[in-house]
Amino acid sequence: MRAATRFSATMLAVVIGSSAAPAQTIAIIGGTVHPVSGPMIEHGTVIIRDGKIVAVGADIAIPADAKRIEATGKWVTPGLVNSATEFGLFDVGFGAGSSDVAAKGSGNGLTPSFTAWEGVNPQSVYLAPARDEGVTSVLIVPGGGMIGGQAAMLDLVDGTVGDMLLKAPVAMVGTLDDPSAGKLGARGEMFAKLRELIEDTKAYMRRRSDFERNATRSYALGRADLEAMVPVVEGRVPLALQLNRASDIEAALRLAKQYGLKLIIIGAAEGWRMGPRIAQAKVPVMSGAMNNIPSSFNSLGQRQETPGLLRKAGVDVALIGNAGGGDEEQFNIRNIRQEAGNAVAYGMSWNDALRAITLTPAEMFGVADKIGSLRVGREANIVVWNADPFEFGTRAERVFIRGKEITDQSRQDELTKRYRTLPPNYTKP
Amino acid sequence: MRIIRLLVTVGTLGCASQGGPQVASQAPVPAAPKAAASATDTTTSHYGAGALSLPNADPYPSTYKPSASRPTLIRNVTILTAAGPRIENGAVLMRDGKIAAVGRTVDAPTDAIVIDGEGKFVTPGIIDTHSHLGVYAAPGGDALSDGNEATNPATPEVWAEHSVWPQDPQFPRSLAGGVTTLQVLPGSANLFGGRSVVLKVVPSRTVQGMKFPGAKYGLKMACGENPKRVYAQRGPSTRMGNVAGYRAQWIKAEQYRRKWDKWLADKKGDPPDRDLAMETLADVLRGNILVHNHCYRADEMAQMIDIAHEFGYSIRSFHHGIEAYKIADLLAKEGISASIWADWGSFKVEALDAVRANLALVHQAGVRAIVHSDDASGSQRLNQEGAKGIAAGRAIGINISEDEAIKWNTINPAWALGLDDKIGSLVAGKNADVVLWSGNPFSVYARAEKVWIDGAMLYDRLDPNESWRTDFELGFVPATRGGSR
Repeated sequence: MRAATRFSATMLAVVIGSSAAPAQTIAIIGGTVHPVSGPMIEHGTVIIRDGKIVAVGADIAIPADAKRIEATGKWVTPGLVNSATEFGLFDVGFGAGSSDVAAKGSGNGLTPSFTAWEGVNPQSVYLAPARDEGVTSVLIVPGGGMIGGQAAMLDLVDGTVGDMLLKAPVAMVGTLDDPSAGKLGARGEMFAKLRELIEDTKAYMRRRSDFERNATRSYALGRADLEAMVPVVEGRVPLALQLNRASDIEAALRLAKQYGLKLIIIGAAEGWRMGPRIAQAKVPVMSGAMNNIPSSFNSLGQRQETPGLLRKAGVDVALIGNAGGGDEEQFNIRNIRQEAGNAVAYGMSWNDALRAITLTPAEMFGVADKIGSLRVGREANIVVWNADPFEFGTRAERVFIRGKEITDQSRQDELTKRYRTLPPNYTKP
Repeated sequence: MRIIRLLVTVGTLGCASQGGPQVASQAPVPAAPKAAASATDTTTSHYGAGALSLPNADPYPSTYKPSASRPTLIRNVTILTAAGPRIENGAVLMRDGKIAAVGRTVDAPTDAIVIDGEGKFVTPGIIDTHSHLGVYAAPGGDALSDGNEATNPATPEVWAEHSVWPQDPQFPRSLAGGVTTLQVLPGSANLFGGRSVVLKVVPSRTVQGMKFPGAKYGLKMACGENPKRVYAQRGPSTRMGNVAGYRAQWIKAEQYRRKWDKWLADKKGDPPDRDLAMETLADVLRGNILVHNHCYRADEMAQMIDIAHEFGYSIRSFHHGIEAYKIADLLAKEGISASIWADWGSFKVEALDAVRANLALVHQAGVRAIVHSDDASGSQRLNQEGAKGIAAGRAIGINISEDEAIKWNTINPAWALGLDDKIGSLVAGKNADVVLWSGNPFSVYARAEKVWIDGAMLYDRLDPNESWRTDFELGFVPATRGGSR
């Protein structure tokens, strides 16, 4: 993976240069600014130049050449980050078209080399609905498999996947929630399998040249998959695992400690029972506040209070959709703000909830130097809301991604316009 | 994320998702017993109603009894009545299980519990026309998957109530979301899925103890992708096959109804043979059972309307109706309600044209718009889904007030269930199904704080010690729900 990592880094450098907005200065003036990285600023101003934030504060001189955007009475936040999406990986959930969400591999649920984001279609009709409601970055998460593949963070800019890419890989994603994901029979077997994979990766790292000469014993996986595991085993790329039962969380914490892995917990239905342990291990959690159903024996303790309780215990929490239904992975990526509102209703502070859909996921996935806060030098991913962003009646009035204002017409908008008065006119959009 | 969704989908396989097993079983439908005497039979005949083959018998009658209640006055509260403009600083009095008075000032009887609702809201109990609670019970898995009798494309003979597990832990969670009445439907694998049942969201040992007294049965029908996928091997495997399947059954049902109605009129000779499937369909033709039709696409809804005309029945509600907005004028003309989501879509081809303004567009056209769930989690937040519908309307210049939109959650679904004379609005004389919300129910921050059914307070978020816990939850699920604030 070293070569690949270098390649991504190179590509990134090229990309951001090429896709930055044309030299333009924009001033968003007088709004209630929530930088997330610092305290709220009343009557604040944010200055954007060349796609970056160049000033944030209450008393800022507005450059003469700036395009002025009046934001008095508005709420100004960083663009929202939905860190559990399958954006652009399918056109329709079921029954037609391709799905590029899950790798097949050799059928054992171990496909660490799978780079899900390379299958993203930037022309997806689901781009507009997401960013029209203030989501400016998404984590592309591979589905299925005990070790399903690699996640990447994208900005929802127009252009190619290369243009969108912020960083890849940002995590290796898998699940220890269910042995069948690894075609295994028991929970203990999953941990044994994962240990084998880690040990084999270590052996492979020591003996790459022997491996090339077929002079090693056989390993659990092939070369590409072992390479993909190297940065995980070295603790450079986090291992994000779906874990729900408290005992599974505890077992994963133990394994991560044993091998020095950088663990992220996804799901955490019973995470609230393990708050202090998770906090002590400094392991962040991705969870939601819209599910309280004991929908399996692995998640009997599912609660809507989980994000709030984990936060109180000192855990870093990113909010993700967890209710199921409604396709919040793609069609309703926008509903991440409903998740935040519900998290507040169930005990999280408002500031923590905003952080959980901006800066916290950015930190978790190593892109906090680019997105997630309104700070000088960050990309100008900014949303101007007419009121509290978590409320249903609130609109994202202005959305900027890398300094470029987004004014989309979604497929849904077009359908709505066509059928606004009946009968429709089929020669009109 | 898919790994999360798969768990949920498998656990609660309803209509929206996958609709049933991928490969239809070829097992024949067991013949219905000709004379099924019922243990709960209440007729005087010792042969039982079943032996008499009376098509209108009520062999599994409701045994629901309202819980004990005390006169209760909620005052100084904002009331969304679903029967007109809101009442600010108003009061609602519940007595003997009924709404006794609603208004600006209501005198409290001396024995009444008085609740000050300052800053809070009162609405009628939320009604969900599309639920699979009890038939796809948590914690899920094959053992609790009882919603689709996917052995034959036409199973009007099955009754959802015979699958309902009253200890499904999803029931108390819906109640905590302000839901007081649910229609539990069979799934959508079949053209004719079977009879629905209307339940009160109350603790009970038996489903009979939850059944809404006097509620009509519904018939679940399904269009489109689900039946043709589930029965791809044996048929129907196409939409035209679906339609032929509906028509063949209605032709049989019409003959059955004629035969029986003739015998019932003169009672001469032996009664005709009894057929459980036809009994249900004949009762639809007589207008005794309401049709609830799962259908996504506009063109298919129009086809189903023609089929209803052809055989002389009416459709009470289209469910899911992703494209209802495309034929809002037709639905209005036909008087068919639309049980729809605020924002689900794209999960299959017939759901591709979902728009968030669906609720607002059909409402504006004069259709009874209903926010339904088809989802145990979504059922708890039907108020939030209504809020999305209001916002989507406003975005395109359709301004629907909260006072109107609350009807999507209350009186409109009550009408779809044929219960609008008993529930769905806060009007003196109606059942006292009432929710006290911590704030405006269309705010994301509001939660149902207290819920009354027939005047009895069955949920109080401020008193978690009194929370309803199902048998399943004891030992398995920690007793934490609802308490923390």
